[in-house]
Amino acid sequence: MRDFSYLRASTLDEARQAVLQAGASILAGGTTLIDLAKCGVAEPETVVDISHLEGLSGIEVTPQSVTIGALSRMSDVADHSGIQAEMPAVSESLLLAASAQLRNMATIGGNVMQRTRCPYFRDPGTFPACNKRNPGSGCSALGGITRNHAVLGTSEHCLASNPGDLAVALVAFDAVVDLGSRRVPFDEFFLLPGDTPDRETVLQPGEMIIGLSIPKSAAAKNSTYLKVRDRQSYEFAAASAAVGLELEDDGRTVRDIRVGLGGVATKPWRARAVEQALIGKVLDDATIKAASLLAMEGAVAQSDNTYKIDLVPRVVARAIETVSTDKSGGLA
Amino acid sequence: MTRTIHLNLDINGKGYDLDVEPRVTLLDALRDHLVLTGTKKGCDQGQCGACTCHVDGRRVLSCLTLAAQVEGRQVETIEGLSGADGTLHAVQAAFLEQDAFQCGYCTPGQIMSAVACIREGHAGSDAEIREYMSGNLCRCGAYNSIVAAVRQAAQAVVPATKEMADA
Ligand SMILES: Cc1cc2nc3c(=O)[nH]c(=O)nc-3n(C[C@H](O)[C@H](O)[C@H](O)COP(=O)(O)OP(=O)(O)OC[C@H]3O[C@@H](n4cnc5c(N)ncnc54)[C@H](O)[C@@H]3O)c2cc1C
Ligand code: SF4
Ligand code: FES
Ligand code: FES
Repeated sequence: MRDFSYLRASTLDEARQAVLQAGASILAGGTTLIDLAKCGVAEPETVVDISHLEGLSGIEVTPQSVTIGALSRMSDVADHSGIQAEMPAVSESLLLAASAQLRNMATIGGNVMQRTRCPYFRDPGTFPACNKRNPGSGCSALGGITRNHAVLGTSEHCLASNPGDLAVALVAFDAVVDLGSRRVPFDEFFLLPGDTPDRETVLQPGEMIIGLSIPKSAAAKNSTYLKVRDRQSYEFAAASAAVGLELEDDGRTVRDIRVGLGGVATKPWRARAVEQALIGKVLDDATIKAASLLAMEGAVAQSDNTYKIDLVPRVVARAIETVSTDKSGGLA
Repeated sequence: MTRTIHLNLDINGKGYDLDVEPRVTLLDALRDHLVLTGTKKGCDQGQCGACTCHVDGRRVLSCLTLAAQVEGRQVETIEGLSGADGTLHAVQAAFLEQDAFQCGYCTPGQIMSAVACIREGHAGSDAEIREYMSGNLCRCGAYNSIVAAVRQAAQAVVPATKEMADA
Protein backbone atom coordinates (compact mmCIF):
# COMPACT_ATOMS: atom_id res chain seq x y z
CA MET A 1 0.00 0.00 0.00
CA ARG A 2 1.41 3.35 -1.06
CA ASP A 3 1.95 5.91 1.67
CA PHE A 4 -0.58 8.71 2.10
CA SER A 5 -1.35 11.45 4.54
CA TYR A 6 -4.31 11.27 6.90
CA LEU A 7 -6.73 14.08 7.58
CA ARG A 8 -9.56 13.70 10.05
CA ALA A 9 -12.32 16.07 8.96
CA SER A 10 -14.14 17.80 11.78
CA THR A 11 -16.80 19.57 9.68
CA LEU A 12 -18.59 18.78 6.44
CA ASP A 13 -17.17 21.91 4.83
CA GLU A 14 -13.65 20.93 5.78
CA ALA A 15 -14.25 17.50 4.25
CA ARG A 16 -15.65 19.00 1.03
CA GLN A 17 -12.68 21.37 0.70
CA ALA A 18 -10.21 18.59 1.39
CA VAL A 19 -11.62 16.20 -1.22
CA LEU A 20 -11.32 18.89 -3.89
CA GLN A 21 -7.53 18.55 -3.64
CA ALA A 22 -5.88 16.35 -6.26
CA GLY A 23 -5.36 12.80 -5.03
CA ALA A 24 -7.70 13.10 -2.06
CA SER A 25 -10.08 10.23 -1.24
CA ILE A 26 -12.90 10.06 1.25
CA LEU A 27 -12.51 7.39 3.92
CA ALA A 28 -15.70 6.31 5.67
CA GLY A 29 -15.74 2.67 6.86
CA GLY A 30 -12.66 1.96 4.76
CA THR A 31 -13.74 -1.55 3.77
CA THR A 32 -13.53 -0.72 0.06
CA LEU A 33 -10.89 2.02 0.09
CA ILE A 34 -8.27 0.34 2.30
CA ASP A 35 -8.84 -2.97 0.52
CA LEU A 36 -8.30 -1.34 -2.89
CA ALA A 37 -5.28 0.60 -1.61
CA LYS A 38 -3.75 -2.74 -0.60
CA CYS A 39 -4.50 -4.14 -4.07
CA GLY A 40 -2.74 -1.14 -5.63
CA VAL A 41 -5.98 0.01 -7.30
CA ALA A 42 -6.55 3.07 -5.10
CA GLU A 43 -3.49 5.28 -4.66
CA PRO A 44 -4.70 8.20 -2.59
CA GLU A 45 -2.31 11.02 -1.79
CA THR A 46 -4.52 12.09 1.13
CA VAL A 47 -7.16 10.11 2.94
CA VAL A 48 -9.94 12.31 4.31
CA ASP A 49 -11.55 10.49 7.22
CA ILE A 50 -15.20 11.54 7.48
CA SER A 51 -16.19 8.80 9.91
CA HIS A 52 -15.96 11.11 12.93
CA LEU A 53 -18.31 13.78 11.52
CA GLU A 54 -21.33 14.38 13.69
CA GLY A 55 -24.93 14.42 12.51
CA LEU A 56 -24.60 12.19 9.45
CA SER A 57 -25.53 8.86 10.99
CA GLY A 58 -29.20 9.37 11.80
CA ILE A 59 -32.03 7.15 10.60
CA GLU A 60 -35.44 8.80 10.49
CA VAL A 61 -38.84 7.40 9.63
CA THR A 62 -41.33 10.10 8.64
CA PRO A 63 -44.91 9.63 7.36
CA GLN A 64 -43.62 9.87 3.77
CA SER A 65 -40.18 8.34 3.75
CA VAL A 66 -37.19 6.82 5.46
CA THR A 67 -34.04 8.92 5.50
CA ILE A 68 -30.62 7.47 6.24
CA GLY A 69 -27.49 9.51 6.95
CA ALA A 70 -24.44 8.66 4.84
CA LEU A 71 -22.43 7.59 7.89
CA SER A 72 -25.03 5.16 9.24
CA ARG A 73 -23.49 1.71 9.50
CA MET A 74 -24.89 -1.17 7.49
CA SER A 75 -25.65 -3.07 10.72
CA ASP A 76 -27.58 -0.16 12.27
CA VAL A 77 -29.72 0.27 9.16
CA ALA A 78 -30.35 -3.48 8.89
CA ASP A 79 -31.43 -3.70 12.54
CA HIS A 80 -33.63 -0.58 12.54
CA SER A 81 -37.17 -1.61 13.47
CA GLY A 82 -38.79 1.17 11.42
CA ILE A 83 -36.94 0.07 8.30
CA GLN A 84 -37.73 -3.58 8.95
CA ALA A 85 -41.42 -2.68 9.21
CA GLU A 86 -41.64 -0.24 6.28
CA MET A 87 -39.22 -1.79 3.78
CA PRO A 88 -38.08 -5.29 4.74
CA ALA A 89 -36.14 -5.73 1.47
CA VAL A 90 -33.80 -2.91 2.53
CA SER A 91 -33.00 -4.58 5.84
CA GLU A 92 -32.69 -8.04 4.28
CA SER A 93 -30.37 -6.84 1.51
CA LEU A 94 -27.99 -5.55 4.18
CA LEU A 95 -28.19 -8.61 6.42
CA LEU A 96 -27.35 -10.85 3.46
CA ALA A 97 -24.29 -8.73 2.58
CA ALA A 98 -20.68 -9.17 3.71
CA SER A 99 -20.14 -10.27 7.35
CA ALA A 100 -21.14 -9.00 10.78
CA GLN A 101 -17.72 -7.34 11.19
CA LEU A 102 -17.86 -5.60 7.81
CA ARG A 103 -21.44 -4.45 8.42
CA ASN A 104 -20.32 -2.81 11.67
CA MET A 105 -17.64 -0.88 9.78
CA ALA A 106 -19.19 -0.05 6.44
CA THR A 107 -21.28 3.08 5.98
CA ILE A 108 -24.28 3.56 3.70
CA GLY A 109 -22.52 6.23 1.63
CA GLY A 110 -19.50 3.98 1.14
CA ASN A 111 -21.77 1.04 0.41
CA VAL A 112 -23.41 2.86 -2.48
CA MET A 113 -19.94 3.83 -3.79
CA GLN A 114 -18.35 0.36 -3.46
CA ARG A 115 -16.39 -0.79 -6.51
CA THR A 116 -16.72 -3.87 -8.67
CA ARG A 117 -15.20 -7.18 -7.61
CA CYS A 118 -13.96 -7.87 -11.17
CA PRO A 119 -10.75 -9.84 -10.41
CA TYR A 120 -8.90 -8.14 -13.27
CA PHE A 121 -9.80 -4.70 -11.94
CA ARG A 122 -8.49 -5.73 -8.52
CA ASP A 123 -5.10 -6.98 -9.76
CA PRO A 124 -3.24 -4.22 -11.61
CA GLY A 125 0.13 -5.97 -11.21
CA THR A 126 -0.92 -9.01 -13.24
CA PHE A 127 -3.50 -7.37 -15.52
CA PRO A 128 -2.48 -3.89 -16.65
CA ALA A 129 -5.38 -3.75 -19.13
CA CYS A 130 -8.57 -2.46 -17.51
CA ASN A 131 -10.59 0.40 -18.96
CA LYS A 132 -12.16 1.13 -15.61
CA ARG A 133 -8.81 1.65 -13.89
CA ASN A 134 -6.90 2.95 -16.83
CA PRO A 135 -9.09 4.34 -19.62
CA GLY A 136 -8.14 3.09 -23.08
CA SER A 137 -5.97 0.22 -21.82
CA GLY A 138 -8.43 -2.51 -22.84
CA CYS A 139 -10.43 -5.06 -20.88
CA SER A 140 -8.74 -8.16 -19.48
CA ALA A 141 -12.07 -9.81 -18.74
CA LEU A 142 -12.96 -10.15 -22.43
CA GLY A 143 -11.94 -13.70 -23.27
CA GLY A 144 -11.01 -14.29 -19.61
CA ILE A 145 -12.94 -15.82 -16.72
CA THR A 146 -16.31 -14.09 -16.59
CA ARG A 147 -18.43 -16.21 -14.29
CA ASN A 148 -19.36 -13.21 -12.13
CA HIS A 149 -19.44 -10.54 -14.78
CA ALA A 150 -22.55 -8.72 -15.88
CA VAL A 151 -24.97 -9.73 -18.62
CA LEU A 152 -27.00 -6.51 -18.54
CA GLY A 153 -25.77 -3.01 -19.34
CA THR A 154 -22.36 -4.16 -20.59
CA SER A 155 -20.34 -2.56 -23.35
CA GLU A 156 -17.37 -3.76 -25.40
CA HIS A 157 -15.23 -1.71 -23.01
CA CYS A 158 -16.34 -3.18 -19.66
CA LEU A 159 -18.55 -5.96 -18.31
CA ALA A 160 -17.92 -5.52 -14.61
CA SER A 161 -20.97 -6.07 -12.42
CA ASN A 162 -22.02 -3.75 -9.63
CA PRO A 163 -21.69 -5.98 -6.55
CA GLY A 164 -23.89 -4.11 -4.07
CA ASP A 165 -26.94 -5.70 -2.42
CA LEU A 166 -28.52 -2.64 -0.78
CA ALA A 167 -28.35 -0.80 -4.11
CA VAL A 168 -30.75 -3.36 -5.61
CA ALA A 169 -33.40 -2.50 -3.04
CA LEU A 170 -32.68 1.22 -3.42
CA VAL A 171 -33.23 1.17 -7.17
CA ALA A 172 -36.42 -0.88 -6.80
CA PHE A 173 -38.01 1.53 -4.31
CA ASP A 174 -37.02 4.82 -5.98
CA ALA A 175 -34.49 6.03 -3.43
CA VAL A 176 -33.05 9.51 -3.83
CA VAL A 177 -29.39 10.34 -3.21
CA ASP A 178 -28.88 13.53 -1.21
CA LEU A 179 -25.72 15.36 -2.26
CA GLY A 180 -26.43 18.44 -0.16
CA SER A 181 -26.71 20.91 -3.03
CA ARG A 182 -28.80 18.57 -5.20
CA ARG A 183 -30.81 15.39 -5.01
CA VAL A 184 -30.46 12.65 -7.62
CA PRO A 185 -32.87 9.74 -8.22
CA PHE A 186 -31.01 6.51 -7.50
CA ASP A 187 -31.61 5.13 -11.00
CA GLU A 188 -29.93 8.21 -12.50
CA PHE A 189 -27.05 8.27 -10.01
CA PHE A 190 -25.22 5.40 -11.75
CA LEU A 191 -23.87 5.53 -15.29
CA LEU A 192 -23.66 2.71 -17.81
CA PRO A 193 -20.05 1.85 -18.71
CA GLY A 194 -20.38 2.75 -22.42
CA ASP A 195 -16.93 3.89 -23.55
CA THR A 196 -16.14 5.54 -20.18
CA PRO A 197 -16.32 2.72 -17.60
CA ASP A 198 -14.03 4.77 -15.34
CA ARG A 199 -17.01 7.08 -14.69
CA GLU A 200 -19.45 5.17 -12.52
CA THR A 201 -21.71 7.84 -11.03
CA VAL A 202 -22.80 11.42 -11.63
CA LEU A 203 -20.86 12.56 -8.55
CA GLN A 204 -18.78 15.66 -9.39
CA PRO A 205 -15.42 16.51 -7.80
CA GLY A 206 -15.98 17.80 -4.27
CA GLU A 207 -19.47 16.29 -4.02
CA MET A 208 -20.30 13.87 -1.24
CA ILE A 209 -23.25 11.69 -0.42
CA ILE A 210 -24.95 13.23 2.62
CA GLY A 211 -27.71 10.67 2.86
CA LEU A 212 -30.45 8.70 1.16
CA SER A 213 -34.16 9.00 1.25
CA ILE A 214 -36.50 6.17 0.36
CA PRO A 215 -40.19 6.98 -0.16
CA LYS A 216 -42.60 4.75 1.70
CA SER A 217 -44.94 2.69 -0.47
CA ALA A 218 -47.24 -0.28 -0.14
CA ALA A 219 -44.88 -2.21 -2.44
CA ALA A 220 -41.87 -1.45 -0.21
CA LYS A 221 -43.84 -2.54 2.84
CA ASN A 222 -44.57 -5.91 1.24
CA SER A 223 -41.10 -6.64 -0.09
CA THR A 224 -38.31 -9.19 -0.01
CA TYR A 225 -34.69 -9.55 -1.05
CA LEU A 226 -33.62 -12.89 -2.52
CA LYS A 227 -29.90 -13.53 -2.98
CA VAL A 228 -28.51 -16.65 -4.67
CA ARG A 229 -24.78 -17.28 -4.34
CA ASP A 230 -22.00 -19.87 -4.47
CA ARG A 231 -21.89 -20.31 -0.69
CA GLN A 232 -24.62 -19.83 1.84
CA SER A 233 -23.23 -16.76 3.56
CA TYR A 234 -20.48 -14.14 3.22
CA GLU A 235 -20.50 -14.14 -0.58
CA PHE A 236 -21.50 -11.77 -3.33
CA ALA A 237 -24.64 -12.50 -5.37
CA ALA A 238 -24.60 -14.75 -8.42
CA ALA A 239 -28.02 -13.22 -8.93
CA SER A 240 -30.37 -11.34 -6.62
CA ALA A 241 -33.72 -9.61 -6.74
CA ALA A 242 -35.48 -7.02 -4.60
CA VAL A 243 -39.20 -7.31 -5.19
CA GLY A 244 -42.12 -5.37 -3.72
CA LEU A 245 -45.78 -5.98 -4.47
CA GLU A 246 -49.03 -4.12 -3.93
CA LEU A 247 -52.29 -5.85 -4.86
CA GLU A 248 -55.67 -4.31 -5.69
CA ASP A 249 -58.43 -4.68 -3.13
CA ASP A 250 -59.48 -7.95 -4.77
CA GLY A 251 -56.25 -9.40 -3.36
CA ARG A 252 -55.20 -10.92 -6.72
CA THR A 253 -54.61 -8.16 -9.24
CA VAL A 254 -51.28 -6.32 -9.32
CA ARG A 255 -51.56 -2.60 -8.59
CA ASP A 256 -47.84 -1.89 -8.19
CA ILE A 257 -44.78 -4.10 -8.46
CA ARG A 258 -41.06 -3.27 -8.21
CA VAL A 259 -38.23 -5.47 -9.40
CA GLY A 260 -34.55 -4.65 -8.86
CA LEU A 261 -31.75 -6.99 -9.98
CA GLY A 262 -28.27 -7.51 -8.55
CA GLY A 263 -25.14 -9.49 -9.41
CA VAL A 264 -25.99 -9.44 -13.10
CA ALA A 265 -25.75 -5.84 -14.30
CA THR A 266 -23.14 -3.11 -14.61
CA LYS A 267 -25.25 -0.86 -12.38
CA PRO A 268 -28.10 -1.47 -9.92
CA TRP A 269 -30.79 -2.62 -12.35
CA ARG A 270 -34.51 -1.94 -12.48
CA ALA A 271 -36.39 -4.63 -14.44
CA ARG A 272 -39.17 -2.36 -15.70
CA ALA A 273 -40.25 -4.78 -18.43
CA VAL A 274 -41.17 -7.35 -15.77
CA GLU A 275 -43.09 -4.72 -13.81
CA GLN A 276 -45.01 -3.50 -16.89
CA ALA A 277 -45.95 -7.04 -17.84
CA LEU A 278 -47.53 -7.67 -14.45
CA ILE A 279 -49.34 -4.45 -13.58
CA GLY A 280 -53.09 -5.01 -13.91
CA LYS A 281 -52.64 -8.80 -14.21
CA VAL A 282 -53.96 -11.49 -11.92
CA LEU A 283 -50.98 -13.36 -10.46
CA ASP A 284 -50.69 -17.04 -11.22
CA ASP A 285 -47.70 -19.31 -11.82
CA ALA A 286 -47.76 -19.02 -15.60
CA THR A 287 -48.09 -15.22 -15.57
CA ILE A 288 -45.24 -14.85 -13.09
CA LYS A 289 -42.96 -17.17 -15.08
CA ALA A 290 -43.67 -15.47 -18.41
CA ALA A 291 -43.11 -11.99 -16.98
CA SER A 292 -39.91 -13.02 -15.15
CA LEU A 293 -38.32 -14.06 -18.45
CA LEU A 294 -38.44 -10.40 -19.47
CA ALA A 295 -35.82 -9.65 -16.80
CA MET A 296 -33.21 -10.89 -19.27
CA GLU A 297 -34.37 -8.72 -22.17
CA GLY A 298 -31.27 -7.41 -23.92
CA ALA A 299 -28.88 -9.59 -21.91
CA VAL A 300 -25.52 -10.45 -23.47
CA ALA A 301 -23.69 -13.41 -21.92
CA GLN A 302 -20.03 -14.39 -22.11
CA SER A 303 -18.98 -18.03 -22.20
CA ASP A 304 -18.79 -18.39 -18.38
CA ASN A 305 -21.88 -16.51 -17.27
CA THR A 306 -24.63 -17.88 -19.53
CA TYR A 307 -25.99 -19.58 -16.39
CA LYS A 308 -27.26 -16.19 -15.25
CA ILE A 309 -29.66 -16.04 -18.22
CA ASP A 310 -31.46 -19.09 -16.78
CA LEU A 311 -30.95 -18.22 -13.14
CA VAL A 312 -32.24 -14.63 -13.04
CA PRO A 313 -35.85 -15.32 -14.19
CA ARG A 314 -36.09 -18.09 -11.58
CA VAL A 315 -34.82 -15.78 -8.84
CA VAL A 316 -37.30 -13.09 -9.90
CA ALA A 317 -40.19 -15.56 -10.04
CA ARG A 318 -39.36 -16.99 -6.62
CA ALA A 319 -39.16 -13.50 -5.08
CA ILE A 320 -42.53 -12.55 -6.61
CA GLU A 321 -44.06 -15.74 -5.27
CA THR A 322 -42.67 -14.96 -1.81
CA VAL A 323 -44.31 -11.53 -1.63
CA SER A 324 -47.56 -12.74 -3.16
CA THR A 325 -48.02 -15.68 -0.81
CA ASP A 326 -46.96 -14.05 2.45
CA LYS A 327 -50.20 -12.16 2.97
CA SER A 328 -52.92 -14.32 1.46
CA GLY A 329 -51.39 -17.70 2.25
CA GLY A 330 -51.36 -18.88 -1.35
CA LEU A 331 -51.25 -17.75 -4.93
CA ALA A 332 -54.51 -16.34 -6.27
CA MET B 1 9.21 11.04 1.93
CA THR B 2 7.96 9.08 4.89
CA ARG B 3 5.34 10.83 6.93
CA THR B 4 4.69 9.74 10.47
CA ILE B 5 1.95 10.75 12.81
CA HIS B 6 1.74 10.50 16.54
CA LEU B 7 -1.15 8.50 17.93
CA ASN B 8 -2.43 7.73 21.37
CA LEU B 9 -4.52 4.58 21.29
CA ASP B 10 -6.75 3.15 24.00
CA ILE B 11 -6.29 -0.60 23.89
CA ASN B 12 -7.77 -2.90 26.52
CA GLY B 13 -8.19 0.12 28.79
CA LYS B 14 -4.53 1.20 28.58
CA GLY B 15 -3.13 4.20 26.71
CA TYR B 16 -0.37 3.54 24.16
CA ASP B 17 1.73 6.19 22.40
CA LEU B 18 3.12 5.39 18.99
CA ASP B 19 4.55 7.07 15.90
CA VAL B 20 3.45 5.41 12.69
CA GLU B 21 2.93 6.12 9.01
CA PRO B 22 -0.70 7.09 8.37
CA ARG B 23 -1.21 3.99 6.20
CA VAL B 24 -0.50 1.60 9.11
CA THR B 25 -3.54 -0.51 9.90
CA LEU B 26 -4.77 -1.18 13.39
CA LEU B 27 -3.72 -4.80 12.84
CA ASP B 28 -0.11 -3.87 12.01
CA ALA B 29 -0.02 -1.32 14.83
CA LEU B 30 -1.07 -4.01 17.30
CA ARG B 31 1.26 -6.71 16.03
CA ASP B 32 4.35 -4.87 14.83
CA HIS B 33 4.40 -1.72 16.94
CA LEU B 34 2.80 -2.74 20.23
CA VAL B 35 3.70 -6.46 20.16
CA LEU B 36 0.12 -7.43 20.90
CA THR B 37 0.38 -10.45 18.62
CA GLY B 38 -2.74 -12.26 19.78
CA THR B 39 -4.65 -10.66 16.92
CA LYS B 40 -3.80 -12.66 13.79
CA LYS B 41 -3.21 -11.71 10.17
CA GLY B 42 -4.79 -14.19 7.78
CA CYS B 43 -5.68 -12.58 4.47
CA ASP B 44 -5.00 -8.91 5.30
CA GLN B 45 -7.92 -8.12 2.93
CA GLY B 46 -11.09 -8.30 4.99
CA GLN B 47 -11.96 -11.83 3.91
CA CYS B 48 -11.13 -14.19 6.78
CA GLY B 49 -11.90 -12.58 10.16
CA ALA B 50 -8.63 -13.65 11.84
CA CYS B 51 -7.94 -10.02 12.75
CA THR B 52 -11.29 -9.38 14.48
CA CYS B 53 -11.13 -6.87 17.38
CA HIS B 54 -13.72 -4.72 19.09
CA VAL B 55 -13.90 -0.95 18.59
CA ASP B 56 -16.28 0.81 20.97
CA GLY B 57 -17.67 -2.61 21.80
CA ARG B 58 -18.44 -3.67 18.23
CA ARG B 59 -16.57 -6.35 16.28
CA VAL B 60 -14.60 -5.03 13.32
CA LEU B 61 -11.72 -6.13 11.08
CA SER B 62 -8.45 -4.54 12.16
CA CYS B 63 -6.80 -5.23 8.79
CA LEU B 64 -9.17 -2.79 7.04
CA THR B 65 -9.06 -0.21 9.84
CA LEU B 66 -6.35 2.45 9.95
CA ALA B 67 -4.74 2.89 13.35
CA ALA B 68 -5.33 6.63 12.93
CA GLN B 69 -9.09 6.05 12.55
CA VAL B 70 -9.46 4.61 16.05
CA GLU B 71 -7.70 7.34 18.01
CA GLY B 72 -10.30 8.43 20.55
CA ARG B 73 -12.12 5.09 20.39
CA GLN B 74 -11.86 2.10 22.71
CA VAL B 75 -10.13 -0.92 21.21
CA GLU B 76 -10.38 -4.37 22.74
CA THR B 77 -8.22 -7.29 21.62
CA ILE B 78 -8.00 -10.94 22.62
CA GLU B 79 -5.36 -9.95 25.21
CA GLY B 80 -7.97 -7.91 27.07
CA LEU B 81 -10.54 -10.66 27.34
CA SER B 82 -9.44 -12.73 30.33
CA GLY B 83 -9.68 -11.43 33.89
CA ALA B 84 -6.74 -9.65 35.56
CA ASP B 85 -6.06 -12.86 37.51
CA GLY B 86 -5.97 -14.88 34.28
CA THR B 87 -9.48 -16.30 34.59
CA LEU B 88 -10.63 -17.17 31.11
CA HIS B 89 -13.65 -15.45 29.58
CA ALA B 90 -16.60 -17.83 29.22
CA VAL B 91 -16.10 -17.95 25.45
CA GLN B 92 -12.41 -18.84 25.83
CA ALA B 93 -13.30 -21.56 28.31
CA ALA B 94 -15.97 -22.94 25.97
CA PHE B 95 -13.53 -23.08 23.05
CA LEU B 96 -11.12 -25.13 25.20
CA GLU B 97 -13.85 -27.40 26.46
CA GLN B 98 -15.34 -28.04 23.01
CA ASP B 99 -11.90 -28.40 21.38
CA ALA B 100 -13.01 -25.73 18.91
CA PHE B 101 -9.73 -25.47 16.98
CA GLN B 102 -6.95 -27.46 15.40
CA CYS B 103 -4.03 -25.19 14.49
CA GLY B 104 -5.53 -22.32 16.49
CA TYR B 105 -4.64 -19.59 14.03
CA CYS B 106 -8.21 -18.42 13.46
CA THR B 107 -9.12 -18.83 17.13
CA PRO B 108 -8.49 -15.33 18.56
CA GLY B 109 -10.63 -13.88 15.77
CA GLN B 110 -13.29 -16.55 16.28
CA ILE B 111 -13.40 -15.80 20.00
CA MET B 112 -13.59 -12.01 19.60
CA SER B 113 -16.32 -12.49 17.01
CA ALA B 114 -18.20 -14.94 19.23
CA VAL B 115 -18.11 -12.61 22.25
CA ALA B 116 -19.75 -9.90 20.12
CA CYS B 117 -22.13 -12.36 18.44
CA ILE B 118 -23.48 -13.42 21.83
CA ARG B 119 -23.66 -9.83 23.10
CA GLU B 120 -25.61 -8.81 19.97
CA GLY B 121 -28.13 -11.55 20.70
CA HIS B 122 -27.29 -13.50 17.56
CA ALA B 123 -26.48 -16.85 19.15
CA GLY B 124 -30.05 -18.06 19.58
CA SER B 125 -29.80 -21.18 17.42
CA ASP B 126 -27.12 -23.12 15.55
CA ALA B 127 -28.36 -21.67 12.26
CA GLU B 128 -28.14 -18.13 13.63
CA ILE B 129 -24.65 -18.79 15.04
CA ARG B 130 -23.49 -20.12 11.64
CA GLU B 131 -24.88 -17.07 9.84
CA TYR B 132 -23.50 -14.48 12.28
CA MET B 133 -20.11 -16.22 12.56
CA SER B 134 -19.73 -16.57 8.78
CA GLY B 135 -17.19 -13.75 8.67
CA ASN B 136 -14.67 -15.99 10.47
CA LEU B 137 -13.17 -18.65 8.25
CA CYS B 138 -11.37 -21.68 9.68
CA ARG B 139 -8.92 -23.35 7.33
CA CYS B 140 -8.87 -26.45 9.56
CA GLY B 141 -12.63 -26.78 9.30
CA ALA B 142 -13.33 -26.84 13.04
CA TYR B 143 -16.74 -25.31 12.37
CA ASN B 144 -18.89 -27.88 14.16
CA SER B 145 -16.96 -27.51 17.41
CA ILE B 146 -16.90 -23.74 17.02
CA VAL B 147 -20.69 -23.69 16.79
CA ALA B 148 -20.86 -25.96 19.85
CA ALA B 149 -18.52 -23.63 21.79
CA VAL B 150 -20.51 -20.53 20.90
CA ARG B 151 -23.75 -22.28 21.84
CA GLN B 152 -22.28 -23.35 25.20
CA ALA B 153 -20.80 -19.92 25.91
CA ALA B 154 -24.04 -18.17 24.97
CA GLN B 155 -25.75 -20.06 27.76
CA ALA B 156 -22.96 -19.26 30.23
CA VAL B 157 -22.45 -15.66 29.16
CA VAL B 158 -25.99 -14.33 29.27
CA PRO B 159 -25.91 -13.55 33.02
CA ALA B 160 -22.38 -12.08 32.73
CA THR B 161 -23.47 -9.83 29.85
CA LYS B 162 -26.33 -8.56 31.93
CA GLU B 163 -23.87 -7.71 34.71
CA MET B 164 -21.79 -5.76 32.17
CA ALA B 165 -24.80 -3.86 30.93
CA ASP B 166 -25.76 -3.02 34.52
CA ALA B 167 -22.25 -1.87 35.43
C1 LIG C 1 -14.76 -9.50 2.14
C2 LIG C 1 -15.84 -8.55 1.72
C3 LIG C 1 -17.11 -9.03 1.42
C4 LIG C 1 -18.13 -8.17 1.04
N1 LIG C 1 -19.36 -8.68 0.73
C5 LIG C 1 -20.34 -7.83 0.31
C6 LIG C 1 -21.63 -8.31 -0.05
O1 LIG C 1 -21.91 -9.52 0.02
N2 LIG C 1 -22.57 -7.42 -0.46
C7 LIG C 1 -22.31 -6.08 -0.52
O2 LIG C 1 -23.20 -5.31 -0.89
N3 LIG C 1 -21.10 -5.59 -0.20
C8 LIG C 1 -20.12 -6.44 0.21
N4 LIG C 1 -18.89 -5.93 0.52
C9 LIG C 1 -18.61 -4.51 0.25
C10 LIG C 1 -18.94 -3.62 1.41
O3 LIG C 1 -20.33 -3.59 1.60
C11 LIG C 1 -18.38 -2.24 1.08
O4 LIG C 1 -16.97 -2.34 1.11
C12 LIG C 1 -18.82 -1.19 2.07
O5 LIG C 1 -20.22 -1.05 2.08
C13 LIG C 1 -18.18 0.14 1.75
O6 LIG C 1 -18.51 1.08 2.76
P1 LIG C 1 -17.34 1.84 3.58
O7 LIG C 1 -17.99 2.83 4.45
O8 LIG C 1 -16.45 0.87 4.23
O9 LIG C 1 -16.64 2.56 2.34
P2 LIG C 1 -15.19 3.19 2.17
O10 LIG C 1 -14.21 2.14 1.86
O11 LIG C 1 -14.87 4.12 3.28
O12 LIG C 1 -15.49 4.05 0.87
C14 LIG C 1 -15.80 3.42 -0.37
C15 LIG C 1 -15.71 4.44 -1.50
O13 LIG C 1 -16.73 5.40 -1.41
C16 LIG C 1 -16.20 6.70 -1.21
N5 LIG C 1 -17.09 7.31 -0.21
C17 LIG C 1 -17.30 6.89 1.07
N6 LIG C 1 -18.25 7.63 1.67
C18 LIG C 1 -18.66 8.53 0.75
C19 LIG C 1 -19.63 9.58 0.77
N7 LIG C 1 -20.37 9.85 1.85
N8 LIG C 1 -19.80 10.32 -0.37
C20 LIG C 1 -19.07 10.06 -1.48
N9 LIG C 1 -18.13 9.09 -1.54
C21 LIG C 1 -17.93 8.32 -0.44
C22 LIG C 1 -14.77 6.50 -0.78
O14 LIG C 1 -13.94 7.56 -1.21
C23 LIG C 1 -14.42 5.21 -1.48
O15 LIG C 1 -14.05 5.45 -2.81
C24 LIG C 1 -17.87 -6.78 0.95
C25 LIG C 1 -16.60 -6.28 1.29
C26 LIG C 1 -15.59 -7.14 1.67
C27 LIG C 1 -14.25 -6.58 2.01
S1 SF4 D 1 -14.63 -5.88 -16.98
FE1 SF4 D 1 -14.33 -3.68 -16.58
S2 SF4 D 1 -13.35 -3.67 -14.56
FE2 SF4 D 1 -13.09 -5.76 -15.39
S3 SF4 D 1 -11.12 -5.75 -16.54
FE3 SF4 D 1 -12.74 -5.23 -18.01
S4 SF4 D 1 -12.71 -2.98 -17.97
FE4 SF4 D 1 -11.68 -3.62 -16.10
S1 FES E 1 -6.71 -10.59 8.25
FE1 FES E 1 -8.38 -9.21 8.45
S2 FES E 1 -10.00 -10.33 7.58
FE2 FES E 1 -8.30 -11.63 7.13
S1 FES F 1 -8.17 -23.89 13.81
FE1 FES F 1 -6.79 -23.78 12.12
S2 FES F 1 -7.70 -22.20 10.96
FE2 FES F 1 -9.20 -22.54 12.43
